Amino acid sequence: MYIIEKSLKLSENVYEIWVNAPHVTRNAKAGQFVIIRTDENGERIPLTISKISGDLVRIIFMAVGKTTHALAAVPAGGAISDIAGPLGCPSEVKKFGTCVLVGGGVGIASTPVIAQALKEAGNRVIGILGARNADFLILEDEMAEICDKLLIATDDGSKGHHGFAADLLKQVIAEEKVDAVWIIGPTIMMKVTSNVTREPKIKTFVSLNPIMVDGTGMCGSCRCVVDGKTKFACVDGPEFDAHQVDFDNLMQRQRYYMEHEKEALAQWKEHQCSCGGQH
Amino acid sequence: MGDRSVADRLKDFGEVDNGLSPEEAIEEASRCLQCKKPACVDGCPVNIDIPAFVAFIAKGEFLKAAESIRQQNLLPAICGRVCPQETQCEALCILGKKDTPIRIGQLERFAADQERAKGLTVPARKTATGKRVAVIGSGPAGIVAAGELAKDGHDVILYESLHAPGGVLTYGIPSFRLPKDVVKAEIDLILAMGVDLRLNHLVGRTVSHQELEGYDAILLGTGAGLPYFMGIPGENLSGVYSANEFLTRINLMHAERFPEFDTPVARMSRVVVVGGGNVAMDAARTARRMGAKVTLVYRRREEDLPARAAEVHHAQEEGIEFITCANPVRILGDQAVTGIECIRMHMCNLDESGRPVPEPIDNDTFTLDCDVVIQAIGQGPNPVLVSQIPDLDKGKAGNVVTGEDGRTSHPKIFAAGDVTTGAATVIMAMGGAKQAARSISEMLGSR
Repeated sequence: MYIIEKSLKLSENVYEIWVNAPHVTRNAKAGQFVIIRTDENGERIPLTISKISGDLVRIIFMAVGKTTHALAAVPAGGAISDIAGPLGCPSEVKKFGTCVLVGGGVGIASTPVIAQALKEAGNRVIGILGARNADFLILEDEMAEICDKLLIATDDGSKGHHGFAADLLKQVIAEEKVDAVWIIGPTIMMKVTSNVTREPKIKTFVSLNPIMVDGTGMCGSCRCVVDGKTKFACVDGPEFDAHQVDFDNLMQRQRYYMEHEKEALAQWKEHQCSCGGQH
Repeated sequence: MGDRSVADRLKDFGEVDNGLSPEEAIEEASRCLQCKKPACVDGCPVNIDIPAFVAFIAKGEFLKAAESIRQQNLLPAICGRVCPQETQCEALCILGKKDTPIRIGQLERFAADQERAKGLTVPARKTATGKRVAVIGSGPAGIVAAGELAKDGHDVILYESLHAPGGVLTYGIPSFRLPKDVVKAEIDLILAMGVDLRLNHLVGRTVSHQELEGYDAILLGTGAGLPYFMGIPGENLSGVYSANEFLTRINLMHAERFPEFDTPVARMSRVVVVGGGNVAMDAARTARRMGAKVTLVYRRREEDLPARAAEVHHAQEEGIEFITCANPVRILGDQAVTGIECIRMHMCNLDESGRPVPEPIDNDTFTLDCDVVIQAIGQGPNPVLVSQIPDLDKGKAGNVVTGEDGRTSHPKIFAAGDVTTGAATVIMAMGGAKQAARSISEMLGSR
């Protein structure tokens, strides 16, 4: 059992937890992820490492399905069955020059640890955070502290640029020489935003989040098409060259268990109500 | 006592083979000729004293039989179920020349089951050596090596990346062939010897290979956990599974009991399994229990199927359709799978292993409608850790090269099981693990 030391709500359906997992924190690097199982009957879900502090690993996630709702419901001091990691290849961190980190929605969670590593490697780091509205914007202060420059976009214009993070990325590229870009967020957002850097041929990484089971290269569930070849996101990724990724295939594979997910969530919610939310 | 009826066994994941009754076991064991030079023992990769344990059973001394097996084999209840006895010990039984050989596998299973029902005794350990040995992977090779090393008095740290130990015994082999309580009991016995099991540790990531150097010796038992795909169009459509994924969802994560368990698996009505080995049979029979109509496509002839005859027989009994001399060329579908296109094959000359080489017959194709395709065409060694260790000699398939003693090109590192051989059998992994453990103890000066 692994204790959740802290748990807080960041915005509607977005939560931050700190899990005590020294085996994970000892060797964790920017860009890696963990696999969590909430309880004995639980599924294994991959979640990005958002920050490391001593023995604690910070994870930020959106409650979408049954498992993430159940994870959000674990109070501080409560426990989860398993946390395996760190998994996946670390981000390619070296001196590029000027790097832009684009975070979309809950994908912003992954950006501070990469921004910090890039900064420590001597890069100038520009952050671009995009969210549906001001309430959904997370980690703004933290990113402002790490980055040399931070830009904000909201879909409804409630904060920063009225529009998409892709618009701001275009603007930055027009204004200065950019050497490497990371885009982390919903798959459709990564697909659209990475088109901005395709033409100017700027090295661009995306962090993929396909359906995964074991996370060790054993099952092949997380396979993605990159440069026409089959890759396993769990061991070959999760970061890949954005301009080589077949995003349509990724989205198609991500949707496969949608009916199951709805059913599991409905049943979980019903069960929650019948025990007065106590479980 | 024989097999459960087909109608009965398709309703659940309970064991198909009921094993022997005490009367049947005694009768079977009494047939043994007690050969002076028992050929059967030579056929056993871990050299169990077969005549000795069979003689105990014939006398009705079942626990003594189990104790006798346990001197050479720490996992008798598992081996009695999944070993290919028909090509090993039983193939060499002298009675087989004229009649049927002794059912050694069934007798081994019987003795082990009798012993387990009475409660297992933890094997004794030698005086502590103070040496620390890391065993990577808790599949058949890892648990056997851990047990042998613990017996020799070393401190053993057993690393497992999943949340449960057992490797392929847990995630791969279905419970209708190998019940999970049988696996648990035998692993628990090894852990009771003082082995320190660390779950959720993927060595190579959680523990760096440099950190491994801090141990006095390292045993790699990371298995063949890298599924192969055919590389045909449509392979990445939703509904195309590797056998590893399909079996893991059900055996390890219990997707057959969704939503009581959270892990989903496709709701399947027509399934095509590609391959002809034991894993293909396991996948096909599992899909059958999920309510699907199942067709197995194999590129060679029926007599070339690499699976155990008993598994092929069970699969056929359970209504799985076999299409042999055919090979998939394309998986059809827009979003998810809707069918699979195959080409007929004809057999040409024999290859080095004596198997015919299949060649496609031009334009002779056919299509099968299906909503799930499971590829069970083999696995390679899991590369996560071995690819990170410099100076470790590797073969063409990415397997770790060892001598017969289990030594690798790295002085502290030993290896056993599928990571060295490629996908093989549980018992081959155990044989290699015993040898590697012996070599480690020799190196550490305790043998």
